Amino acid sequence: MSDLTSMTLAQARDALRQRKVSATELTDAHLAAMEAARPLNAFVLETTAEARVMAARSEDRLRGGEAGPLEGIPVGVKDMFCTAGVRTTASSRILETFVPTYESTVTANLWRDGAVMLGKLNNDEFAMGSSNETSCFGPVVSPWRRRGSDTKLVPGGSSGGSAAAVAAELCLGATGTDTGGSIRQPAAFNGIVGMKPTYGRCSRYGVIAYASSLDQAGPFGRTVRDAAILLRSMAGFDPKDTTSVDRPVGDYEAAVGRSVKGMKIGIPKEYRMPGMPADIERLWDRGAEQLKAAGAEIVEVSLPHAKYALAAYYIVAPAEASSNLARYDGVRYGVRVPGRDIIDMYEKTRRAGFGPEVRRRIMIGTYVLSAGYYDAYYLRAQKVRTLVRRDFETCFADGVNAILAPATPSPAFGIGEKSSGDPVEMYLNDVFTVTVNLAGLPGLAVPGGLDAQGLPLGLQLIGRPFDEETLFSLGEVIEQATGRLKPEKWWTGARP
Amino acid sequence: MNVHARPSKLLKGATGDWEVVVGMEIHAQVVSQAKLFSGASAAFGAPPNAHVSLVDAAMPGMLPVINEECVRQAIRSGLGLKARINLRSVFDRKNYFYPDLPQGYQISQYKSPIVGEGEVVVQLESGEVVRVGIERLHLEQDAGKSVHDQHPSMSYVDLNRSGVALMEIVSKPDLRSSDEAKAFVAKVRSILRYLGTCDGNMEEGSLRADVNVSVRRPGEDLGTRCEIKNVNSIRFIGQAIDYEARRQIEVIEDGGTIDQETRLFDPGRGETRSMRSKEEAHDYRYFPDPDLLPLEFTQAYVDELAAQLPELPDEKKARFVSVFGLSDYDADVLVAERGIADYYEAVATGRDPKLAANWVINDLFGRLNKEGKDVASAPIGPSQLGTIIDLITEGTISGKMAKDLFEIVWAEGGDPRTVAEDHGMKQVTDVGAIERVVAEIVAANPDKAEQAKSNPKLVGWFVGQVMKASGGKANPQAVNELLKSKLGM
Repeated sequence: MSDLTSMTLAQARDALRQRKVSATELTDAHLAAMEAARPLNAFVLETTAEARVMAARSEDRLRGGEAGPLEGIPVGVKDMFCTAGVRTTASSRILETFVPTYESTVTANLWRDGAVMLGKLNNDEFAMGSSNETSCFGPVVSPWRRRGSDTKLVPGGSSGGSAAAVAAELCLGATGTDTGGSIRQPAAFNGIVGMKPTYGRCSRYGVIAYASSLDQAGPFGRTVRDAAILLRSMAGFDPKDTTSVDRPVGDYEAAVGRSVKGMKIGIPKEYRMPGMPADIERLWDRGAEQLKAAGAEIVEVSLPHAKYALAAYYIVAPAEASSNLARYDGVRYGVRVPGRDIIDMYEKTRRAGFGPEVRRRIMIGTYVLSAGYYDAYYLRAQKVRTLVRRDFETCFADGVNAILAPATPSPAFGIGEKSSGDPVEMYLNDVFTVTVNLAGLPGLAVPGGLDAQGLPLGLQLIGRPFDEETLFSLGEVIEQATGRLKPEKWWTGARP
Repeated sequence: MNVHARPSKLLKGATGDWEVVVGMEIHAQVVSQAKLFSGASAAFGAPPNAHVSLVDAAMPGMLPVINEECVRQAIRSGLGLKARINLRSVFDRKNYFYPDLPQGYQISQYKSPIVGEGEVVVQLESGEVVRVGIERLHLEQDAGKSVHDQHPSMSYVDLNRSGVALMEIVSKPDLRSSDEAKAFVAKVRSILRYLGTCDGNMEEGSLRADVNVSVRRPGEDLGTRCEIKNVNSIRFIGQAIDYEARRQIEVIEDGGTIDQETRLFDPGRGETRSMRSKEEAHDYRYFPDPDLLPLEFTQAYVDELAAQLPELPDEKKARFVSVFGLSDYDADVLVAERGIADYYEAVATGRDPKLAANWVINDLFGRLNKEGKDVASAPIGPSQLGTIIDLITEGTISGKMAKDLFEIVWAEGGDPRTVAEDHGMKQVTDVGAIERVVAEIVAANPDKAEQAKSNPKLVGWFVGQVMKASGGKANPQAVNELLKSKLGM
């Protein structure tokens, strides 16, 4: 059945429509792959029964000629999306038994279009992390390994389960959320495509909040086309999220393969950092050459405030998180640890319910919003944010269509390698991605090639607000030049 | 602004005069169908947790969506307070933990409120007029309610009120006595009730106030203030201020200093007591709510709302004074409640407005107060009272008869004209009939008739005799005139 799981989403869609494969067969093949891949710990919940029911319904609609755009396509859902009647945890102990009665708008859109839910995907607790090691369900193991090594690597984070599952061919696509790089970094680590859309393109309704002004849902696919197909279904205005934007959703798939001739691509000079691995520099140059070969013009641009972005991000995001996570107090739902009074109950509940990284960010966020520190930290970070956004606006006003940069400063690292000591070492993973969230722009991670150790590296394309289409067009050029990157399925037959 | 001390307001201490300085924060529940950020009903009195949406319960992933009706009501209130309307305002989160605050923060407006500075003109019973500055009005969510008396060791939480829209109206520290503070709250309540933006029901908690009180020597800088939280009646506001001012004066005169703190008013004991000190005060960690975009609307939107505002108490009062010729005081009394003003106006239109005012203020209010009723439930409607006044003006009944008629109609209802006839209340205006009685009485008392020519006061005696003879039904004016001519005066 491996041929069924190794198809792209677009291929599977066409095969379903042409009745070459049934929705049930396709779902069963993926459920089997998931079972075989349990050592990866990508899924925190396999919704096998639901998947089969949804697949059977899709099959009926396919037979009846009423197929939606994603009819019968098996997908995975990051456990940050609330799914009605299906346990949703944010990979946090505090929501270990939480079953929402409601569906997030993004997943509802997927089901509306016929997609089949295979299960809920692991992530860093409350999406706080860059390695998927902060999950209360334990780390996700990357399907990738260094050449000749069986060291377990991280899949990146926070959407580590989503990226690993798509790369390992456990699902045809997956949802992610990206607050500071949580879609693009794991996509890059896993040699797949991940899109963080413009802020406001996808509804945040029913997505468990980490940092509301930065959070944005987006798709993972094994190809640019697959990501484009998924985004079209996920995106759209939602009156239940007033930060979502009321403008038509583009035909993203139509942008795939469109000529990029004459487009102006900016290379930000500030992103060339001392100590950057040579592999990454080479990859970046190669990406620029590929776009140039396709007729794009390469220009150097300046993002002078980018160097402050990471610091600003790690103030703004924890500040919002400290407030967003106040609702997990043990009063109405989730874990409650009894105490001698209400304060004691809060303290015990939150200590037991939140892991160390979440607690750290709540404390940082509480600190930077405190009286006497607000101006020095939060307010200043917001000013930096404005300057970062202006840098991009200046580039775009100069006629730049998109910016090309590395997605990450390094390839995937080993589980445990960066999680023991200085948290800042982990935070540095986000150095190339956070600017995009601070500015609210769309960012696409596409595979750029393998490094010397055989690990995938990703490139990132940053676009104008709501110009996801240009990114899909450019991304496909790089994808064509790079070719598909596939991990060896070392886990099949491996004992969990 | 009231920078100069008003001597009449000073409090006597053991060591000299003190001035009390009061500023108010009025929390007024917005009249709206749904809550500020959710579609759940904002109605009062439902069983616990009957009006709770997923947003109100702060379920994971839920987002607030502003209710435009609440925004309209806040703008209308701002216009009623003669305040600047801010076309752009921002919602902030006020962070603190409490079981009846599901989100762990209250969505409020901190740095950029929807309404800026305004002014309320207050008239005291003495006739004195005080202009009270409005600092701001902002929108915010109400919290739920913790219930502590249902279980021996647990507290219950009722989230029906969680998320209901409140307007917080902040005054400048322009008030100088408990009377001024009470009149100010009454006036703000009156304006909001005219607008229909808050029902002003203090028993149900629709309107409550935090009262900031400090004392100082006249002319000196402001003293340290204490905030008395959540006072829910106008009478209690007065009591709390009087008690608190006295307490602060005593502390200072005993050589102590006032600590900035939050206090509670205990209506049972009529005193305030410390709730938490400044050191224990929460750090609310306000920051702009990232779930909500800044609230923006156009001046045209405001203008449209302004054009549709009802006549407010101040304008109505001015009109009653100029059109109906009422005294300032009468007009003030009549406009305090829109229902009363409407009642009065219905009675006064086409009639003697001063006579109408007397009847409404003295007779109607007197009767309503006696029975603890309000004007809406008065057994005598404006058309009935109008008819009674008509009967007087026409000369059909005397003023004295009218009082009796009022009592009968109050108790039994009916058209006053018919009731008067049924009870034989009709003064005799037939001049011939009265003339006959006058002639009889004068003829029967020749001595007094002679004396009356030199002593006009005796006319009164004759009037009494004639009225007596006519069973009180003769028109006194007609009697008077006929007597004067008969006696040759």
